[in-house]
Amino acid sequence: MEKQILRECRAVRWPLALSVLAGLLALLATVGQMALLSWIVAQVFLGRAGLRQVAAALVALLVTICLRAGLVWLREFWARRAGSRVKSEMRQRLFAHLLRLGPLFVRDERSGELVATLNEGCERLETYVARYLPQTVWSLVIPLLLLAIMWPLDHLSVLLLLITGPVIPILMIAVGSYSQKHIQRQWTTLARLSAHFLDTIQGLVTLHLFGRSGAQEARVARLSEEYRRRTLKVLRYAFLSGAVLEFMTMLAIGLIAVFLGVRLINREIPFVQAFLVLLLVPEFYRPLRELGTHYHAGMEGRVAAKRIFEILATEPAVNEPATTPSPLPVAPLTITCEHVTCRYAGSERPALQNLTFTLPAGSCTALVGRSGAGKSTLVNLLLRFIEIESGAILVNGLPLDRLPADLWREYVALVPQRPYLFSGSIRDNLRLARPEASDDEIESAAELAGAASFIRELPRGYDTEVGEQGLRLSAGQLQRLAVARAFLKQAPLLILDEPTSSLDPESETLLREALTRLRRERTVLVIAHRINTVAAADQVLVLDGGRLVEVGEPAALLEQPTSAYAQLMTARMRGAGALPGKEAEAL
Amino acid sequence: MTRKRSVALRTAWRLLAFLRPFIPQIVVTVLLGGIMIVANMLLLSMASYLIAGAAIVTMIVLLSIPITIVRLMGLVRASARYGERLLSHNVTFRLLAHIRVAVYRRLAPLAPARLLQLRSGDLLARLVSDVDELQNLYLRVVAPVLVAVLVTIVTYWLFAVFDPALALIAVAFLVISGLALPLLALRLTRGLGREQLALRGRVNVHIVESLQGMSDLLAYGQATRRREELAAWEKRLDRLQRRLAVAGGLQEGLQELLTGLAVWSILVLAIPLAVSAQINRVYLGFLAMLMLAAFEAITPLAQAFGQLGHSLAAGERLFRIIDMPPTVSDPPQPRALPASSSLELAFEGVQFRYEEQGQQRTLTDISFRVPAGARVAIVGPSGAGKSTLLRLVLRFWDPQAGRILLDGQDLRSFALADLRRLMGVVTQDTYLFNDTIRGNLLLAAPSATEEQLWRALALAQLDDFVRQLPAGLDTWVGEQGLKLSGGERQRLAIARALLKDAPILLLDEVTAHLDRLTEQALLEALNTLMEGRTTLLVTHRLLNMERMDEILVLDEGRIVERGRHEQLLARDGLYRRLWEVQNALLPLA
Repeated sequence: MEKQILRECRAVRWPLALSVLAGLLALLATVGQMALLSWIVAQVFLGRAGLRQVAAALVALLVTICLRAGLVWLREFWARRAGSRVKSEMRQRLFAHLLRLGPLFVRDERSGELVATLNEGCERLETYVARYLPQTVWSLVIPLLLLAIMWPLDHLSVLLLLITGPVIPILMIAVGSYSQKHIQRQWTTLARLSAHFLDTIQGLVTLHLFGRSGAQEARVARLSEEYRRRTLKVLRYAFLSGAVLEFMTMLAIGLIAVFLGVRLINREIPFVQAFLVLLLVPEFYRPLRELGTHYHAGMEGRVAAKRIFEILATEPAVNEPATTPSPLPVAPLTITCEHVTCRYAGSERPALQNLTFTLPAGSCTALVGRSGAGKSTLVNLLLRFIEIESGAILVNGLPLDRLPADLWREYVALVPQRPYLFSGSIRDNLRLARPEASDDEIESAAELAGAASFIRELPRGYDTEVGEQGLRLSAGQLQRLAVARAFLKQAPLLILDEPTSSLDPESETLLREALTRLRRERTVLVIAHRINTVAAADQVLVLDGGRLVEVGEPAALLEQPTSAYAQLMTARMRGAGALPGKEAEAL
Repeated sequence: MTRKRSVALRTAWRLLAFLRPFIPQIVVTVLLGGIMIVANMLLLSMASYLIAGAAIVTMIVLLSIPITIVRLMGLVRASARYGERLLSHNVTFRLLAHIRVAVYRRLAPLAPARLLQLRSGDLLARLVSDVDELQNLYLRVVAPVLVAVLVTIVTYWLFAVFDPALALIAVAFLVISGLALPLLALRLTRGLGREQLALRGRVNVHIVESLQGMSDLLAYGQATRRREELAAWEKRLDRLQRRLAVAGGLQEGLQELLTGLAVWSILVLAIPLAVSAQINRVYLGFLAMLMLAAFEAITPLAQAFGQLGHSLAAGERLFRIIDMPPTVSDPPQPRALPASSSLELAFEGVQFRYEEQGQQRTLTDISFRVPAGARVAIVGPSGAGKSTLLRLVLRFWDPQAGRILLDGQDLRSFALADLRRLMGVVTQDTYLFNDTIRGNLLLAAPSATEEQLWRALALAQLDDFVRQLPAGLDTWVGEQGLKLSGGERQRLAIARALLKDAPILLLDEVTAHLDRLTEQALLEALNTLMEGRTTLLVTHRLLNMERMDEILVLDEGRIVERGRHEQLLARDGLYRRLWEVQNALLPLA
């Protein structure tokens, strides 16, 4: 995992290396500091020296202390730099990759989880790189380095450390494999507990309606208490192993002190060396203990990194051609589907099966079918969000997959049922369709889309903030904005998804007029939900269960008694009942 | 500025009040935490005293006391640590439970009106994570600060045994690095931190919107621009983080510097004292080690200060919500509920506007009557005020003028809980708890028998569905279990309303977001539910309208038309237009 992160993020290598290096140099400064300290103490204690005799050493000590502080600063600075670089770079790469994977992947994977990966996941990676990674290097190198330094001072202590030293990592691994699993599970329980609390609060209205809000208070208390009891049972073991670890460390220091003392009495070792060894022993254990405190961050970082690399390894659903063909298709466009079959990843049944039809240049085709019949799949195909399994889509005779997806999408204007509004002004949201459009162009597009009237009535007109924190718009207003975007884009192929439910009468009228204007001189495919729309189309495609069951002119189809479309219409008339005359006129 | 500070102070005070029931445990954990650190101080300093002593004595027996102490301290520290961990986590979990219950108790009366306001923007989710955040207040802020104070006092005392000047210097360094340094760091990074938080928020919005609106982005060829925008944000964030890294590293560096300087100063001060024999030279190493080890108590304080900021912010948000006054409250002497099983509901000149909407009225001059057992439908374009009308009946809010009468009595004369006991409610967004199907049903009637549950499910046409689930009634709904379709959720809600068996029925867009087939089936189930109950039905779908005793057409908060279905159709007004729009839809979806 470390290798993969370093391989993926080159920008991190130098800061990380500098941080590790500064950490090692800081250790050497510590050794120097301790050596000076023990020398000074020895001089004053045994050499009967005064302040004047050790003044030089004291100044040297002061310099070493400052040097060490400087190195620690550098160590921290570079570690933080490495962390924030890895976070920023990974987030941008993930973001770019998700844009390549397209909306179907994002929808399938639930956008919430992806947002969490882009935010918290990358933050965890930051901690992992800035804290855990350098610490693993230090916890390997520093103890060995110290042993090498102490070896000439005192063999016996080094041997003692060599024996007790490995106990810490071994214990940590034991703790890691046993209680860490349990602790992890407890954190999950804690997350579930706060989810339950959220559930209770969000459902408070319902609880009030059923007069149960009082009973829930006791439940919240009971669950929290139960959680405490169960968690402590598990944590007890983790704490116990922590205590054992602590005890081992203290015991080793104590043992070394006693051994040193015994040999000092026998005058087998000079005081200055013995004192330096004693000063260095805690430094031997320090990196290992600090690794322990970052252990959790390390685990979390690994999990996050795994998920990030998993996403990065996902192949986009659509193959991009290596070269751009020439000449490019020129408007007006004729789109032909030949035996097109397509299937969503992981699904057994094809979403569309053997579809053959043509959208003639400059004509309007209505697409009709129940939900799940494959209408949106067809739109996804035409927008190149999903790949064809077999068959071909031709644009003026050119296979669609020969065109780069971005380039092809410049030919298409999409009017979804509910366009997504980004936080910003109405003007910004319209400009999405053509970033270089002038204010005049935007306003005339809104005018053509029948949106200008309601925009003008908004508190700040075209500068009114919309989106999550902004003003909420009705379904009819939203769709008129989508139509305005399409007017701005001026693309030769228009794909339109009509609202499924009835809008208020005003929106309904304005929208109908706007769409009539928009359809002129374009090749149009409309997912139709309105009788008028279908009746006015040049061609109707009826989809059912992923198959094309009927193609033809609406008027001609209506005259065939076996036609599915005709049956649909007569069912409508029976259902409407009250106003048959009026409806027949509409058809 | 001072006002802001006083708010922070008051918040801190109120947060500390949460700790009050746990004072004895906290005292013990702080003592144990202090013992843990002092044990280490004693171990290291006694070890160096031991070595120094060994250098000048000739028999090990003379050193038996330091040897014993050194050996003992390992055990003391290990057990103090164990006890401290166990107790502190115990307190933390208890505290969390305590805070949850306290927040819930304050929050419950705010529902529903205030909570409906908060539902938007995940404010509730924020509230829950704020409660979780408060557990750190004790573990990471209060305990370390108290331990540091304790250790500082002990250090002073230990040094004072030798010389008061030494003691003062030692304490000065501990206080500077424990208090002044974190404050300095806070000052250096506060502006940057706030800026960083704001920038992160922007990046987050950018990401969320890009993922949710990806179809629109790609269809309009905006992927590259969106990527470049993110890169620009990240670049600004990076510049900021560089400055934060300088400041953060500086803090760590200064911490090291102060630790080193403290030991150095002790040494410089102690050497002349040793020379003049005011202290024995054998203690020189002892003193240096004592100073070095005392800093263990100081290091966590930097983190504590950062944590304090988080906890204060969380506390402020929490208090802002739970300090809201409820919008409606019980009358001083609630009237007893009418005994009749079938009640009349009437609106008399009701005017209403939401507080946050200023002068704009949501409902103007609404008067109508639903006779006992009758069915009245309220229809109209979205935003006409239909759902508001139902909320007034439930007394989520009170009208600014006019009255709503139940059985001839003003709604406000009844206790809220009593009133809501009379009402069965099914809305378009039914809230199901993360519980079993049984649990969700029993909410309506805690003592319902198995048989009653199945009968309600059968009437709601959900019995076949539940029967074919592997765990039947005990199937979990939601996150970990079954994902119910829109139609199934609504039927469950109908079953719940049937179980509650209330005389008044309020239905709000029950069939919204459902496909037509499901809608038709659901309407049949609803029909069963409405039998014999005083029903107020809000809808924008004009289905089965001929079954209604009266239809009120609402537009911009006023009743613009009223009458029976056939009369309204004949009138060629808004109702007729709504009807035509709806009938122009293809019969599929």
